[in-house]
Amino acid sequence: MKIAVLSGKGGTGKTFVSVNLAAVAANTAYIDCDAEEPNGYLFLKPEEEQTEIVYTTVPVFDAHTCDGCRKCVDFCHFNALAFVKGRPKVFPEICHACGGCTLVCPRGAVTEEKRAIGTVSQGVSNGIPIVTAALNLGEASAVPIIRAAVQKAGDNAVIDSSPGSGCPVTESVSGADYCLLVAEPTAFGLHNLRMVHELVTLLHKPYGVIVNKSNGIYQPLEDYCGKNRIPILLRIQYSKKIAKISAGGALAVNHSAEMRRLFEILWETTSQQVEQ
Amino acid sequence: MKIAIPMDENQKNVCVSFGRAPYFLFHDTDTNTAELLSNPAASATGGAGIQAAQFAVDNGANALITVRLGQNAADVLLAADIKVYKAAQGSAEENLASFSQGKLQALESFHPGFHGNV
Repeated sequence: MKIAVLSGKGGTGKTFVSVNLAAVAANTAYIDCDAEEPNGYLFLKPEEEQTEIVYTTVPVFDAHTCDGCRKCVDFCHFNALAFVKGRPKVFPEICHACGGCTLVCPRGAVTEEKRAIGTVSQGVSNGIPIVTAALNLGEASAVPIIRAAVQKAGDNAVIDSSPGSGCPVTESVSGADYCLLVAEPTAFGLHNLRMVHELVTLLHKPYGVIVNKSNGIYQPLEDYCGKNRIPILLRIQYSKKIAKISAGGALAVNHSAEMRRLFEILWETTSQQVEQ
Repeated sequence: MKIAIPMDENQKNVCVSFGRAPYFLFHDTDTNTAELLSNPAASATGGAGIQAAQFAVDNGANALITVRLGQNAADVLLAADIKVYKAAQGSAEENLASFSQGKLQALESFHPGFHGNV
């Protein structure tokens, strides 16, 4: 069973939910797909980490074979190629490595070269496999690294997605059996919940909501979930004590019996939802 | 020579954005004629700066007057030997006048771009 944890905005509590859920779940890996700033390792402290480099490809144009027909530049929908002085010029960090320029070149002037864009690390924490995707500074697309990270998920995993609802998030949740949408009970929180709700609906994923930092009821969020028949699986009260534990890099489930109980119930509920 | 200027929605002022400007003005100083064209990069999902720079190159610009410019767009323009000048306050017309009097400074620092997080 693979559970993806996502939210439309950062700071909602994806990592908080993911690391604590992974800690109470049995035989379940934790996969940190927030490659731009992975931080799950701060809580789970993996040991015996092994790191491998993730590569993407980038086109290289043979100056002698290329006759400047411009087909490759016109084909590139990502605008990763410019046409200057009769020759293509590539912008590696814009390139999505789709291979289209290689295909459309009538002269076979394009070859693909490997380019390192980040790493995937694997370690263990209290018997839990920990996978961390990390994008190199200055790179624009984390998608290939996230793809490499989720491939290491095994059969059972909690996948900590990056914020938003764009390509990195789509890649993070693509193999998930169930999605947990973490939301704050605010107008901004609801706006971002709508975005991820739209995404998981498009991807035909079953899902449920966790309301985090929930002090009192925010009626528009309740109405939205009610109207769209979205189950609210858990409400986590804001607590200074829990915030302190997290800020200290510790797992709430290891320092609060109440939190452990809540996350065990969440794991149980989520497992039941997946079975349905 | 041909001077390119990213233009605002009002078709009068220089647009603060280069890649996402709704229009580009191409002013030909030899014939003293101007052409206002829609910027095909305005709605690009990514690489707008590169596409807008390509648009300027394809329209035969020799110089660009802009408020700011991203590094990728600058790479395209500089490779095409297009000179880049920093726009002053005011309309495109006023900037063209300043340019012809040699009052505009060359733009030499470029921002890293707003790409990513698509």
